[in-house]
Amino acid sequence: MLTFIGRRIGYSLLILLGVSLITYLLLFMLPADPARQIAGRSATPEVVAGIRAQLGLDLPFYQQYAHYLGNLLQGDLGRSYIQRSEVTELLGSRLQPSLELMAAGIGFELLIGISLGVIAALRRGGIADRLLTALSFIGVSAPQFIAAMLFLYFFAVQLEWFPMGGYGGLKHLMLPALTLGLLGSGWYSRMVRSSMIEVLHQDFIRTARAKGLSRARVVLRHVLPNAIVPIIPMIGIDIGVFMGGLVVVESVFGWPGIGQLAWQAIQQVDIPVIVGVTTICAVAIVLGNLIADLVIPLIDPRIDIKKH
Amino acid sequence: MSQNDSQAILSVQRLSIEFGAKRVVDDLSFALYPRQTLCIAGESGSGKSLTSLAIMGLLPKQAHTPSGAIVFENRDLLSLAERERQQLRGKDIGMIFQEPMTSLNPLMTVGQQLAETLRRHEPLSRQAIAKRCREMLEAVRMPQVEKRLTQYPHELSGGMRQRVMIAMAMLCRPKVLIADEPTTALDVTIQAQILELMRELQQQYGTSLLLITHDMGVVAEMADQVVVMNQGRVEEQAPVRQLFATPQAAYTQKLLAAVPVLGSAGIPEDLSQQPALLEVRNLSVRFALRSGWFEAGKNVHAVENLNFDLRAGETLGLVGESGCGKSTTGKALMNMLAYEGSVKLLGQELNGLHGDALQRVRRDVQMVFQDPYAALNPRKTIFELVGEPLLIHDRLPNAPRRERVAQLLHQVGLPADAMARYPHQFSGGQRQRICIARALALNPKLIIADESVSALDVSVQAQVLELLEQLREEQGLSYLFISHDMAVVERICHRVAVMYGGQIVEIGRRDQVLHNPQHAYTKRLLSAVPLPDVERKRDFKSLLQEFRTPSPIKELGFVAPVQQFVQVSEEHAVAT
Repeated sequence: MLTFIGRRIGYSLLILLGVSLITYLLLFMLPADPARQIAGRSATPEVVAGIRAQLGLDLPFYQQYAHYLGNLLQGDLGRSYIQRSEVTELLGSRLQPSLELMAAGIGFELLIGISLGVIAALRRGGIADRLLTALSFIGVSAPQFIAAMLFLYFFAVQLEWFPMGGYGGLKHLMLPALTLGLLGSGWYSRMVRSSMIEVLHQDFIRTARAKGLSRARVVLRHVLPNAIVPIIPMIGIDIGVFMGGLVVVESVFGWPGIGQLAWQAIQQVDIPVIVGVTTICAVAIVLGNLIADLVIPLIDPRIDIKKH
Repeated sequence: MSQNDSQAILSVQRLSIEFGAKRVVDDLSFALYPRQTLCIAGESGSGKSLTSLAIMGLLPKQAHTPSGAIVFENRDLLSLAERERQQLRGKDIGMIFQEPMTSLNPLMTVGQQLAETLRRHEPLSRQAIAKRCREMLEAVRMPQVEKRLTQYPHELSGGMRQRVMIAMAMLCRPKVLIADEPTTALDVTIQAQILELMRELQQQYGTSLLLITHDMGVVAEMADQVVVMNQGRVEEQAPVRQLFATPQAAYTQKLLAAVPVLGSAGIPEDLSQQPALLEVRNLSVRFALRSGWFEAGKNVHAVENLNFDLRAGETLGLVGESGCGKSTTGKALMNMLAYEGSVKLLGQELNGLHGDALQRVRRDVQMVFQDPYAALNPRKTIFELVGEPLLIHDRLPNAPRRERVAQLLHQVGLPADAMARYPHQFSGGQRQRICIARALALNPKLIIADESVSALDVSVQAQVLELLEQLREEQGLSYLFISHDMAVVERICHRVAVMYGGQIVEIGRRDQVLHNPQHAYTKRLLSAVPLPDVERKRDFKSLLQEFRTPSPIKELGFVAPVQQFVQVSEEHAVAT
């Protein structure tokens, strides 16, 4: 168990190293010049050059990157070019709102996705199934910003059920979380449906029915747990896609999270912040996958991580 | 017998089952009496399994029952609501299925799955439920009951899982137990154990048993009354003794004639003067297990030091239970996996061959597999499938290839117009003929038949065996016939080698090994085979004891002790 976790953490560090290198390289090659951004339109070339030297941007790439890595090892993600504060502070203050939204969003995703998938599988071929298939297609293919705008318009402007945006209590959380959940649920409902249908044809389901168990018990105790097993690793993988949605949804709803920070940083070519956000996202994805791998053996006793 | 005993506990009256417009069971009637065993016997597609599902109320959605009644305790089950049927299932009528490997929920412990049944049907306390589960597992002779209760299905062997299934079905002391091919997926010794257990439990609890099987040996062993079904119709219904002594229906006669009977074959043709085609010396196959950080690597010793000869024109049977290494041996001879030792085909060493040399040898050694449904690519026509070896080895142009394929199909008894068709348009037996035609395409000298007739119905099996025999005579083929079925091996093989734990423990002429077994394992194996003969009911009690197979997983560097053979008579050798 411990060796498994240890090895996985080792791999994770390598992945993170790769991610930071690629992000740093991409930003280095970007035609936009952060020094010019900071200096403003009317600055003289000397001023721009001065800023560049001050930020260390005139150094060759490998030196910049080595410098960054050295600081990273000390827990220092650098200073924001624009906001004149530490990146760790910026991220820290926005971590909690983002985690709240993520938890609520993934919760809704699973709740909606799994229940719709179960209904579709049990009513296979019926009207409900076909309707849900169509809906999940819309969910999967609708762009987040349009869906977010529509939700904002209907539920906040027209119906006034929820506030227009901003950070606050449960009421503020509901609408962005529902947007994320509804859009992401299509994927899960498709997978739960096919996984359920497969399990429904298994011999042990026939056994369960032969025992005289009620239909509800057969579905909840025998079909569902078996159908969920292949879904769990998907949650780990889905976190990456989810992060993309987070950037858009947070910006639309004015949610003061990491996604919004990323959005602002990208517009201002605030490289340390962009790299910081990317690193945090990579950590989240790696962590999500690790947790998924650790949870599966709790549900499926056939999977023994000691053997991996 | 009391008055009650003479009344049927379950009676099926003029039952028909349809899938859409297709009638799969037609006008079926039978009655099951208390404490009796009724066998429904028939080949695949006879509708016997659907009948059992209809009694349980577990028919697939597409199936419906247009007419008939299933009367249990004066109630017609077909007219009951689903809720009422649920209360009968598992309580008054229990069922065991064919596939013990997949019939238990992999995510629940044995204890949880057992308790669930009781909790559904009887208002008992937690302790009472646990006690009943434990008692039932003891009744099915489960070793180490306490440990088993907390284990998951994947930690148990097939035989153990089937015991759990039986325990689960018997927990509520059902009046009727339906067993649908309960032993078909199991090895013969395990089959004998399970059959014996069902007999014991039936006596102990006074259950009526409805046993569905294709195996006439099992019928003879277990039945009081037999219903023979074919294509959804009843061919014959008779007490077991009468059925075997004087079968009335033509179908029953044909079926019984097709069943190979162990002990019926005589001394085979003497081939001891023939030159050896294949010489196998010290053949060993090992699979490495991955080593961990803190564990040393281990090896699975699948095949250990095999020595035998196969003569020209001879059929050598390789028998043994699952996991004994017989299929691995076949694959090693095909050079499909790495092995140690020497295999010589007509004096040419095969070990270490690769590339063109291996390709040339493969002309002479071909294989016919177990499952004719999986062995043919469904997207290719029969012409492409049978002609493929000719294309690969000889680059034979289209016209002569077509001619050769037609000739091959003729040899295996299929019409030439089969060439344009696809595998799904053929029955299992026909597909196996196609597989044989493909194996014959390059005029091989040796065919390795790995359980090639095991998946076929007995009447089809008999025909395919006849075909193999005829081809051997016409073309001077040799067969290595790998099988778990002693009776089939006896029918077709000249010599038999019995494998156990990766080694040959006994080898000799078929009559020597099968009629005069010397090794303890051969004796045990043979005593477990049910015979389709009511006069020779067997006593499986002695088989209920655990017979521990040594684990094939060994530390690195393990060297197996060298086997010593004793020559019982000419050709007959037994390991000591």
